[in-house]
Amino acid sequence: MPKVFRAAVWVLIAVLAAAAFARLAASRGETINAAWLLTAAICSYAIAYRFYSKFIAAKIFALDPSRTTPAVRLDDGRDFVPTNRWVVFGHHFAAIAGPGPLVGPTLAAQFGFLPGVIWIVVGVALGGAVQDFVILASSVRRNGKSLGQMAREEIGPIAGVTALVAVLGIMIVLLAVLALVVVNALKSSPWGTVTIGLTIPIAMLMGVYLRWIRPGRVLEASAMGIVAIIAALYVGQWVSAQPSMAAMFTLSGGALAITIMIYAFAASVAPVWLLLAPRDYLSAFVKIAVVLALAVGIIVSLPPLQMPAVTRFIDGSGPVFAGKVFPFAFITIACGAISGFHALVASGTTPKMLEKESDARMVGYGSMLMESFVAVMALIAACALTPGVYFAINAPAGAIGTTAASAAEAVRNWGFVLDPAEMQRLATQVGETSLLSRTGGAPSLALGMAHLFSNVLGGGAAMALWYHFAIMFEALFILTTLDAGTRVGRFMLQDLGRHVWAPFGRVSWYPAVVMSSALIVAMWGHFLYQGVIDPLGGINSLWPLFGISNQLLATVALCVGTTIIIKMGKARYSWVTMLPLAWLTLVTMTAGWEKLFSPDVKLGFLSHAHLIEGQVAANALPAAIKTLADARRVIFNDYLDAAVAAFFMVSVVVILADSVREWVAVLGGRKPTVSSEVPFDAQVAVAGD
Amino acid sequence: MRLQSIKDAWRDTANVIRRVIGVPDYDRYVSHLRSHHPNAHPMTRDEFILQRQADRYSKPGARCC
Repeated sequence: MPKVFRAAVWVLIAVLAAAAFARLAASRGETINAAWLLTAAICSYAIAYRFYSKFIAAKIFALDPSRTTPAVRLDDGRDFVPTNRWVVFGHHFAAIAGPGPLVGPTLAAQFGFLPGVIWIVVGVALGGAVQDFVILASSVRRNGKSLGQMAREEIGPIAGVTALVAVLGIMIVLLAVLALVVVNALKSSPWGTVTIGLTIPIAMLMGVYLRWIRPGRVLEASAMGIVAIIAALYVGQWVSAQPSMAAMFTLSGGALAITIMIYAFAASVAPVWLLLAPRDYLSAFVKIAVVLALAVGIIVSLPPLQMPAVTRFIDGSGPVFAGKVFPFAFITIACGAISGFHALVASGTTPKMLEKESDARMVGYGSMLMESFVAVMALIAACALTPGVYFAINAPAGAIGTTAASAAEAVRNWGFVLDPAEMQRLATQVGETSLLSRTGGAPSLALGMAHLFSNVLGGGAAMALWYHFAIMFEALFILTTLDAGTRVGRFMLQDLGRHVWAPFGRVSWYPAVVMSSALIVAMWGHFLYQGVIDPLGGINSLWPLFGISNQLLATVALCVGTTIIIKMGKARYSWVTMLPLAWLTLVTMTAGWEKLFSPDVKLGFLSHAHLIEGQVAANALPAAIKTLADARRVIFNDYLDAAVAAFFMVSVVVILADSVREWVAVLGGRKPTVSSEVPFDAQVAVAGD
Repeated sequence: MRLQSIKDAWRDTANVIRRVIGVPDYDRYVSHLRSHHPNAHPMTRDEFILQRQADRYSKPGARCC
């Protein structure tokens, strides 16, 4: 009776998932253990993977392990290399997982844990993992074509150009917001600043070692690098304990922002082997290790969730970011539920590595489930903090004032409890002067992780080390993203610019390299600086813009996926991608509309601009804006943000309209239903090689 | 013999780790060229690694947020 037994196991898993969700939803007023959240997520993932991904693999693509993949057909030992599926899985996961799934859920915890966990789990099963899987399978069937190429060839040139410009726009907003997360984590923190600063020469030493001393010995160099960054952690602690040196490394937000811009510019024009590649190895190690450690920490300590299931802030009055739970929970949590950026990876390196096309299910759908689990863990870490502490860290000074007493008062008015002495005790315990208004998600996540890790190893005495370890690990891969992103942005800009002025496109001509890098840094640097000086804290306006842009890219990917499915003659299954597409369109358009036109000055860019304009005219500027020039800058930035949001919305409409035109043409019979995939050729078994 | 199998296991594990973190596989490249294009001149290890790295970090498809 093994078949009956298997069916019974799956029924049991389904019942467990449903029961766990019911328990989460029914919790009112009492704390609930994180085990329920883990159970709900893991059981749902198992069912989604076993049934839904199999359905997509079999019914839509009919993935066939005997069909030759591009890695085998075009094997060149460089770009196209057939690779074991577990290795591709790990590689793909390391490429898609970054700070995104950690920061988003931390911010969205202001609504309580329930909206976050529902969106992360349902969103990934029906949206994010589907997108990654469909794009990966489509790219594998087309010799590893990129998302941009597929958009152009499957939908049309307008969609292709929109996709290209959208990717560049997303990069700019993404780099700005990630840099802001680092700035807010290192502000007035000599320990953090010294530790992160030291990772740069450490990576460069690794680069020199790998190039000249022991070429190619990556594991050796990485092991030394890991020892060195742990030593850097202690150096940072030592520096922060010396008053004169601590003062030297206590930097303001503005100074840090300028430093990071200079750093990113220098790093993006330096040779790849010197800094970027070795640090990328290091951050891949640290990333995988921390994800595992986080899982162990949560499973061993199974913390109770202090945050209520749903907070009063679903009405849009939240201090962490403005806007109601719909649509802003779905914008704030992008990575972890659905992230358009993944479509670039799924149509980039990964399709050129798959040994069998049937591996696309595990790599595409499976890796995204893993990333979703990372997001669930981040949500647990945030919700395990008491709500008072969570809001004191994540609310900007504009909402809670600048003293522990004013913060406690504000938190009490929101209906939570915060002992002012508790905040000071926590700050001292983690080796910081203050934890108030450390927005951006990184410090509260680091505090949550330090709690979990110190439960497992080291106890309360190790809190400070664990906290700074967590900050370092987040900053390490954000810095890697900053310089890799600036570099990629530079190549894209040069590629666009060569149509205007040919020499600008020459990638080995130094003046063009310097000019285009400086331009990219200036673009994201502008948004970063604006975020640093913003009295509402910057994250408030930039993170939603990032979410909207990421969901725009997901819209592009799902349009491409739907078009491909229709052209394969599988229109009856096109709801698989249309369903998340419809939801995302609704979410991005609503969020974009509210960011533009909401009369709430905390939410709407335009109404905020009008408010300040009125204050300038009445000569009654608020205390947070000191001079007339500052007020003008705030107004300009509001209009700029509004323009960016409008641009993303127009892009969604253009892509969607162009896709619908193509679908109607194919379904109406005016265009032939022809799939553009490479025709089937059977895999010939090759011994060895 | 025991020692040998431990050594083999470590070599395999190290290889998996290298591939997962994205270290270019020079040995495979050389053996590919030897078997498929015996007349071609393989790049040196240094050239190969620089070329792979330059390629990896020039497109948005290698990493995410």
